[in-house]
Amino acid sequence: MNFSEVFKLSSLLCKFSPDGKYLASCVQYRLVVRDANTLQICQLYTCLDQIQHIEWSADSLFILCALYKRGLVQVWSLEQPEWHCKIDEGSAGLVASCWSPDGRHILNTTEFHLRITVWSLCTKSVSYIKYPKACQQGITFTRDGRYLALAERRDCKDYVSILVCSDWQLLRHFDTDTQDLAGIEWAPNGCVLAAWDSCLEYKILLYSLDGRLLSTFCAYEWSLGIKSVAWSPSSQFLAVGSYDGKVRILNHVTWKMITEFGHPATINNPKIVVYKEAEKSPPLVLGRLAFPPPRAAAGPLSSTESEYEVASVPVSLQTLKPAADRANPRIGIGALAFSPDNCFLATRSDSVPTAVWIWDIQKLRLLAVLEQLSAVRCFQWDPRQARLAICTGGGKVYLWSPAGCVSVQVPGEGDFQVLSVCWHPSGDSLALLSKDHFCLCFLETEQGVGTAFGQRGDHT
Amino acid sequence: MGDWMTVTDPGLSSESKYISQYTSETKMSPSSLYSQQVLCSSIPLSKNVHSFFSAFCTEENIEQSISYLDQELTTFGFPSLYEESKGKETKRELNIVAVLNCMNELLVLQRKNLLAQENVETQNLKLGSDMDHLQNCYAKLKEQLETSRREMIGLQERDRQLQCKNRNLHQLLKNEKDEVQKLQNIIASRATQYNHDMKRKEREYNKLKERLHQLVMNKKDKKIAMEVLNYVGRADGKRGSWRTGKTEARNEDEMYKILLNDYEYRQKQILMENAELKKVLQQMKKEMISLLSPQKQKPRERADDSTGTVISDIEEDAGELSRESTWDLSCETVREQLTNSIRKQWRILKSHVEKLDNQVSKVHLEGFNDEDVISRQDHEQETEKLELEIQQCKEMIKTQQQLLQQLATAGDDDTTSLLRDCYLLEEKERLKEEWSLFKEQKKNFEKERRSFTEAAIRLGLERKAFEEERASWLKQQFLNMTTFDHQNSENVKLFSAFSGSSDWDNPTVHSRPRQKKPHGAPSGSPVCTSKLTKSLPASPSTSDFCQTRSCVSEYSSISVLNTAPEESKPNQVGRECTNQKWSVASRPDSQEGCCSGCSSTHADAHIEKDDLP
Repeated sequence: MNFSEVFKLSSLLCKFSPDGKYLASCVQYRLVVRDANTLQICQLYTCLDQIQHIEWSADSLFILCALYKRGLVQVWSLEQPEWHCKIDEGSAGLVASCWSPDGRHILNTTEFHLRITVWSLCTKSVSYIKYPKACQQGITFTRDGRYLALAERRDCKDYVSILVCSDWQLLRHFDTDTQDLAGIEWAPNGCVLAAWDSCLEYKILLYSLDGRLLSTFCAYEWSLGIKSVAWSPSSQFLAVGSYDGKVRILNHVTWKMITEFGHPATINNPKIVVYKEAEKSPPLVLGRLAFPPPRAAAGPLSSTESEYEVASVPVSLQTLKPAADRANPRIGIGALAFSPDNCFLATRSDSVPTAVWIWDIQKLRLLAVLEQLSAVRCFQWDPRQARLAICTGGGKVYLWSPAGCVSVQVPGEGDFQVLSVCWHPSGDSLALLSKDHFCLCFLETEQGVGTAFGQRGDHT
Repeated sequence: MGDWMTVTDPGLSSESKYISQYTSETKMSPSSLYSQQVLCSSIPLSKNVHSFFSAFCTEENIEQSISYLDQELTTFGFPSLYEESKGKETKRELNIVAVLNCMNELLVLQRKNLLAQENVETQNLKLGSDMDHLQNCYAKLKEQLETSRREMIGLQERDRQLQCKNRNLHQLLKNEKDEVQKLQNIIASRATQYNHDMKRKEREYNKLKERLHQLVMNKKDKKIAMEVLNYVGRADGKRGSWRTGKTEARNEDEMYKILLNDYEYRQKQILMENAELKKVLQQMKKEMISLLSPQKQKPRERADDSTGTVISDIEEDAGELSRESTWDLSCETVREQLTNSIRKQWRILKSHVEKLDNQVSKVHLEGFNDEDVISRQDHEQETEKLELEIQQCKEMIKTQQQLLQQLATAGDDDTTSLLRDCYLLEEKERLKEEWSLFKEQKKNFEKERRSFTEAAIRLGLERKAFEEERASWLKQQFLNMTTFDHQNSENVKLFSAFSGSSDWDNPTVHSRPRQKKPHGAPSGSPVCTSKLTKSLPASPSTSDFCQTRSCVSEYSSISVLNTAPEESKPNQVGRECTNQKWSVASRPDSQEGCCSGCSSTHADAHIEKDDLP
């Protein structure tokens, strides 16, 4: 495991290009594009103001930089550095901007969700989509980039519009049986759309591409409902995390629940491996301290050493008592993600913020629990294999794979607090983002990883 | 005599006085308590009686006092103190005997009274203590009653309070319920209101948005614009197409195509899954058939009605299996058949497995011991065999060794002598060791022999002594026997004298020594006699006689109590002589005679006996 040197960064804006060749990062109003392997600067663009959002186009040719404060979007071309494009939303304002899957249109959401403007880079044409709903996840494209599903609100009723991305024609328009639609998401195969109600009601609706209602699922009533939703990459399962601390898995044939994953604070089953991060007093390696070792080996040498230990069951996890009198209580399943090979599901219960549960989807049971010393900030699966990267806002990055798990100290002077992680599309490297800096963590190939895991003694 | 009289008189009079006093007092005061007190006080009074009553009788008034006493005594029912007067003219004379009798009686009376008084006193004390006890008890109980009453009142009070509370709580509950209802109503109304408001707000919001939109859009905002250096080509290289009905139709087509593709894909997957499942099913079926077919014969032989039909089905299925084409048919037609056959086979398999389970459990339950025994027997046999073999082998080895030695001695001298030498040396050593060992053993053996001889000598001595003892004992026995003969004859005489019939008494006496032998038969019972009679016709054995003896002895003891002391004597008779007597006594005639002479009370036994051949 090698680490790059540390680069400057602002607002956690750092993204690999979809083809994996480049890495874009922002420093205030500057956009820096580097080669993902050598990390040499390829291009440097200067925007008009502080960049608040960046996004690569699907073909990795353009990058859009959104300057929400100014209501501006600036687009840069990688091939033609002199090419530029500036979109001004004027007095309508700007709250969100994104690429269409073809990489030639930009969808800008104006303030107050008045409308969505679709700007084309090919022609001078501008399209407007009215009545977009201001919600958690109102815009979703199918993976093949053909269709766009959009949540709408008209006359106090929720609607979903399905548009064809090639010419922005409306394909289907139907109302959903929801009180307050909270989000929509296409299945990876692009044939099923999941729509779920706001947290006040547990309700998830499944629509076919042609607008037919396939199924409705409601686990319970009169309590806070859905908090997070995730499709499995094969579109076979839909995982629904809710405020009752459970994940329910629906199947794609009958759209009924297959199983229910509870997140108890105590783990009694001896089959479940519980990895517990434990602090270790720093070992006395004076010789090594005297001669600074190479970067790769510098990792474990840190003032606060910690490593995973396999805890013997029963294990009780640290739970947070939610404040019942405040909005957005810290309960329920806040995050869940399927591994790219469909075999595992990683979840985080907000009431047990330090733990990540990993479920075996083939056996439909809990496989492992990773308990860190501090609350989990984010976790992300390697896009190519079953490997999970976790960060907790501390100086370490945690990796889990079915073979075991490992915690790696990020080297460097001072504290490098990993607030977010971002995988390279090939899964070979990992960008670690802190508040002001980022660095790359290069993971070895299969064999290399194996040896790396072997060298560190704390994997099991 | 007069002196004596004077001396006794005051006592007597005092007694009478006391009695009169007592009686008068009793008459005066009916309350027993009071009389008791008086009684108590009268005891010290009697001590001063002499001085007090000295005035009662003086020289002058003897006559009067006597007459007075007489009167008094007669009134109390005592005989008169005077002699019966023969004539009226003759002066009545004092009857001293009567006086003395009276005095005696009075004294007795006094003693009795004193005793009674004591009794009464003790009783009184007892009663008093009882009373105290009872009073205490009463007080206690009263206290208890009081406390329990208080408790009861307290409990009642509490109950009342609780009831009150309960009522209050009920009221509160009712109120709460009402409130809940109210609140629910409020919530519902609020919710509707909220929804309504929300809708209103949202409408307003929408209106505002619309307005804003119009304002923003209509203003021809110059700012809303896109500055592009030059337009880029489309990713797919095509040019943008116009929006027409055609494109719409094409979109629809495409959408349906996608959906169709998806469904096709899913169908393919399902088909594949189905095929796999079918394969598994087929395999399972094949395996089942192959598993069940060897058993086919067995149930056939048993000709079970239920399994027979099923098995034929299996055969059919087996035939069916050969036609693989059926599997590729759409399930509609085959499904039922298939599932049915599978189910049947499964049932057979299940029953078979259950049977096997039962068998296994049975074997486990029953067979454990048998198996164990068998195995042990086998084991023992085996070990015996092995031991035999080992012995044979050892013998073989011995002979071989001997042969080898012989050969070695017979071999040529040059080489063998050397070998022999070393052998001899070794052997010498070994022999020496063995020799020493032998010596030790010999010593030990001799020691043992010595001890044995000593023990033998001792034993011989003891035996001698025992023989002597025995001889002397026998002698004595013999002597005793002869003396007993004398006594026995006497006894017989005695018996005949006592019971009258020596005919049946004889065996009783002679059998008596047999009493030494413990016999479980209850003597004297009719059952016993019946036994006796039954066994009579057969050749009489000693045990039979035993019974007869015991029974008869009982009769004898019952009928003639006096024989009991004699019984002890015959017991000492030696066996040699009794046997002789037995032979005499065991004649059936005499026995019958004895039984017939037994008594009429055992008539049943006789009847039974008569039935016998």
